[in-house]
Amino acid sequence: MTSAPATPQAVLDRSDHLRRQLGGSFRDEMVASLYEKAGEIAVRSVREHGSGKWDFDQRIDRIVTSRWLGLPVMLLLLGAVFWFTILGANIPSQMLANALFAVEAAAARWFESMGSPWWLTGFVWHGVFRGLAWVVSVMLPPMAIFFPVFTILEDLGYLPRVAFNLDWLFRKAGAHGKQALTMAMGFGCNAAGVTSTRIIDSPRERLLAILTNNFVPCNGRFPTLIMLAVIFVAAAFPPAVAALAAAGAVVAVVLLGVGFTLGVSWVLSRSLLSGEASAFTLEMPPYRRPSILRILYTSLIDRTIFVLGRAMLTAAPAGALIWILANVQAGEASLAERLIALLEPLGVAIGLDGVILLAYVIAIPANEIVVPTMLMCYLGGSMMMDITTYEQIREVLVDQHGWTLLTAVNLMLFSLLHNPCATTILTIWKETRSARWTALGALMPLGLAFLICLATAQAVGLLL
Amino acid sequence: MNSEACDSCPAHQQMAKMGVDIANCDHVVALAGNPNTGKSSVFNALTGLRQHVGNWTGKTVTRAEGAFGYGGKRYKLVDLPGTYSLLSASQDEEISRNFLLFGQPDCTVVVVDATALERNLNLVLQVLEITDRAVICVNLMDEAERKGMDVDVRSLSRDLGVPAVPTVARNKQGLGDLVASVAAVVSGETTTSPLRVEPPAQVREAINGLVPLIEDMAPGLPSARWVALRLLDGDHKVREALLSGEIAALADQQQRPAPRHNSGVRAIAGAQ
Repeated sequence: MTSAPATPQAVLDRSDHLRRQLGGSFRDEMVASLYEKAGEIAVRSVREHGSGKWDFDQRIDRIVTSRWLGLPVMLLLLGAVFWFTILGANIPSQMLANALFAVEAAAARWFESMGSPWWLTGFVWHGVFRGLAWVVSVMLPPMAIFFPVFTILEDLGYLPRVAFNLDWLFRKAGAHGKQALTMAMGFGCNAAGVTSTRIIDSPRERLLAILTNNFVPCNGRFPTLIMLAVIFVAAAFPPAVAALAAAGAVVAVVLLGVGFTLGVSWVLSRSLLSGEASAFTLEMPPYRRPSILRILYTSLIDRTIFVLGRAMLTAAPAGALIWILANVQAGEASLAERLIALLEPLGVAIGLDGVILLAYVIAIPANEIVVPTMLMCYLGGSMMMDITTYEQIREVLVDQHGWTLLTAVNLMLFSLLHNPCATTILTIWKETRSARWTALGALMPLGLAFLICLATAQAVGLLL
Repeated sequence: MNSEACDSCPAHQQMAKMGVDIANCDHVVALAGNPNTGKSSVFNALTGLRQHVGNWTGKTVTRAEGAFGYGGKRYKLVDLPGTYSLLSASQDEEISRNFLLFGQPDCTVVVVDATALERNLNLVLQVLEITDRAVICVNLMDEAERKGMDVDVRSLSRDLGVPAVPTVARNKQGLGDLVASVAAVVSGETTTSPLRVEPPAQVREAINGLVPLIEDMAPGLPSARWVALRLLDGDHKVREALLSGEIAALADQQQRPAPRHNSGVRAIAGAQ
């Protein structure tokens, strides 16, 4: 060895030289020797005597991951979760809305009696507070049911089985089987779904998972879907099966989202992101008895309060913005009316209307507030406080604003496909560090949403 | 296992959960392990934090940090993403790998699933390649029992050359012992002699050809053998760290009282 210390470059040169001598099988040999040793040690320290628990797990797995029953069982579970949510959320939603709007009316009267100017009363109570009240009453009850039920499935260990069932579909689409897991994460929150793609090794497949995560409706969009399903689908069925029909409609939308995930992955993996799907091992964890306290904590504090808090943070300024737009006059009409008129032709072309598009623009920070924003725009000037039941919402939308089944279907499609919320877009940028992929991740779903809605609107137009 | 005895046990009395208050910690402890072994449960139980615990692979993809106190010392606990190995290019494995090498934790706790010891030991062996100071937390002992498996933790500890502690993290069983073992390893009270797997002859020659050069460049580097392995594997991050002087800087950090090691299998790695 030389007397002076070796330089980093010298170390690198030596390692490159040795590496060439070793050849490609080096890694495999190392791994093989590790496995051999691990096996030796495990054999020495574990002694097994037969027991029933192991067989029980396997017996359940034989059903929930079976070739024929796996998918139906999955759909049934998904449907049951939505059914439970829809059935349970309706009445608390109404009670919350009644209570909160009563507070709004009383507080506004009190402000007036104290001699506060009309614009202050309007801004605080009919703007900011009403925005918050809508978000809380529309979102809190479904979330408080959906999250605990979903968390139970997660805690039981069912999610990896979903990934197992869907693996072959994703492989056919040229994507990674673990994308089923990141997709499941996206049901909770797309931003979390995008972060969870870190479990995918290959950059190509990871990008696929990031770009398509938006196609599963996050929980901010579920209330929109559930409301539309209840108002337009359930209303067409007798009360006995109404909730079931609504749950079926939400499942159908979710399946459509999965279909778009696969379809877009397929197209991307044959164009921009071409390559082979890589193999992976997926561990089936044992079924574990969920711990009730932990589920309540996780689903109510970590998820419900977190999501609701975020929604309220964006709903307050959105409510203020809508109130200002509706009350600042520009010539003959208010600012809101002008914007809505501007967006109307585009909205009508894709089977929606100007108000819905305006609501989506205002709701870019968080999808949760689309429906509240829409309702506030529709009800903007009028001081109607008693819109608390789904039936009344239906009257406003259908009788007063000309909604049809096409509007509802296209709004569901638009809600499923349109651009991710600002948080998700930011997360995509953080994960990819590329303006190009971030732009694609935001604009591709938006373009697709417009195209699909345009197609259905035109098709219906031709048929009628 | 233990229940009432815990309250009177000195280990338990010395423990303090410190949540996210990670300032001014005396020691850094890393938490590694396969996915779905209850790593997050261990993390939560020790720090009193409530990271979301999920029964599925790949839940923790980022690093979480918390703190606990024991025997008058403050420990920072870093929860690494759950991984099956430290060899692949995926981001979660890279996060773990880089933290173990560049973060220089004073002790690494590897959480293993007692019901799937063989698969979990692969990661343990890879961690032991990087660091001498490790404690194995053999978790899910209750499930192993239900499945009719007897796990001999003492034999495991003997084979691996580092302490191994049986736990049921969900029910907070065995965590006092775990923390006591960690403290003993950190202070040097427990000497470890981690098992280093004998590589195939050809690889061994390549390592022997490279390690002296690395040690010449960075005298006292504790993981010279592992750095050599990574270089032979063409790890870009390690190549960069070598060129930027980061690896040499790691050797300089080794000024603190060096833990004592038994020689044993370490002969391949050369002088410490």
